[in-house]
Amino acid sequence: MTDALLTIEDLHVRFDLPTRQVHAVRGVSFSMGREKLGIVGESGSGKSLTGRAIIGQVAKPGVVTATRLEFDGIDLRTLDKAARRKLTGRRIGMIMQDPKFSLNPVMTVGKQIAEAYRVHSNASAAEAKKRTLDMLAAVRIREPERVWGLYPHEVSGGMGQRIMIAMMLIPEPDLLIADEPTSALDVTVQTQVLAIIDDLVSQRGMGLIFISHDLNLVASFCDRVLVMYGGRIVETCRASELDRAQHPYTRGLLAALPRIDAPPGDLPVLRRDPAWMGEP
Amino acid sequence: MTGPVISVRDLTVRFGASVAVDSATFSVGKGESFGLVGESGSGKTTVLRVLAGLIRDWTGAASVAGHDLKRQRPRSLARMAQLVFQDPYASLHPLHTVDRVLGEVAAIHRLDNPNERIEAVLLAVGLGPEFRFRFPHQLSGGQRQRVAVARALILEPTILLLDEPTSALDVSVQAEILNLLRRLRAERGLTLLLVTHNLAVVANLCERLAVMRRGRIVETMDAERLRRAEPEQAYTRQLILASRGYDRANAAEIAFETEVG
Repeated sequence: MTDALLTIEDLHVRFDLPTRQVHAVRGVSFSMGREKLGIVGESGSGKSLTGRAIIGQVAKPGVVTATRLEFDGIDLRTLDKAARRKLTGRRIGMIMQDPKFSLNPVMTVGKQIAEAYRVHSNASAAEAKKRTLDMLAAVRIREPERVWGLYPHEVSGGMGQRIMIAMMLIPEPDLLIADEPTSALDVTVQTQVLAIIDDLVSQRGMGLIFISHDLNLVASFCDRVLVMYGGRIVETCRASELDRAQHPYTRGLLAALPRIDAPPGDLPVLRRDPAWMGEP
Repeated sequence: MTGPVISVRDLTVRFGASVAVDSATFSVGKGESFGLVGESGSGKTTVLRVLAGLIRDWTGAASVAGHDLKRQRPRSLARMAQLVFQDPYASLHPLHTVDRVLGEVAAIHRLDNPNERIEAVLLAVGLGPEFRFRFPHQLSGGQRQRVAVARALILEPTILLLDEPTSALDVSVQAEILNLLRRLRAERGLTLLLVTHNLAVVANLCERLAVMRRGRIVETMDAERLRRAEPEQAYTRQLILASRGYDRANAAEIAFETEVG
């Protein structure tokens, strides 16, 4: 991790609502290279909004500010809409939690992926089709030709998520943001989908931001982990050393997790300290 | 009462051409906590819905607390077995206060002293009287699930049917609800039937479990064997492996079986 692919300094996301102001992300800073970075936290911790802020997908009335938001030397803050759209998709891809809501229900799978490719390249329709079929094969779909003609409701959740991955990876992005990519999937399917992401990320030397609530999963899948609480990063550590985490929030979360091999009995309940919301 | 509290024999449920549950057989003893584990589409929730009387078109034999479910499900049975659903955001009426949610149950079943009962049951699930007149949107996810448990408990059932009671909750809140269920079970001698996809939750709360796949029970085992990771069936082993977290080497062992949409 010598050169930084993405650098974020003092990122804030605020929502000015009629009745109150919600400060959802409060001063997040991190820098990453071509590595697998996990962002863990509970609901409301600001982990998903951090991911969305990077690709400029925070919905109104959300306001994103940062002193630095830089992707491969490009200042994301100053890009206009068109330039940003060109960059995200082509060089930054995002996989959302549920493929059911991310795929166009009235367009066949093949056409959607090919469209994603043609938007970002000058490829002909025939070329795009060939690339799409190759990509479907790369996410281990056995009959790409058949799947090409299917509609999203005709595929299972696991296949839908592999289709999303194919769509996001076909422009060969440098950075992939995956927001709970396997939370809607069964555990055995989850392992398969993660293996595909794992292989493709390492083969293509991409950076990956893996956003999840699942500490075990992130610890076993990523290289490095950021733990978020109340819109801040409270702890950063190597994934392999998560069990030696220092912050009481991280320790509390780990302790509260039931384990298959643990004897039955009460789980330690997390005691939230208001001080965690303050300066880290 | 002797014999099992919940008894299911050769239970088969068909939805049109598809077989959701295929001759499932298991029984749960009094005071026992039994887990029904499986992935989506395995039929675990369908079994629970049959036991709760929400699905009536099935074959085989099933009884709850000595009542044959083939006959008309009496109101007294509802008082013995209550259901807690997965998502407290969806299972509580958004425009009804906690008081009304609980009061309605008391009224339907013509309970005496509803006022005292509501207060007592809220305390039992760890909610003070200040929560009584709140709406669901004024509660956190964990508090809502406590209300859902209170709604089940106000009838003083002997059996709780739990459908993924912690899947929609954060890890820290899940721990609170699991602890609550354990305490209530000990205090009230409840029998629990827990449907979940999460093996760790089963290991924490149950003594025995059945693993379901595609409508069939593939294995019934003690939780102790689960903790030692010594299942008899290959499929259970896959589930345990996958539940431990990501391991590239395991991925090859777990075969893709969801190829056809």
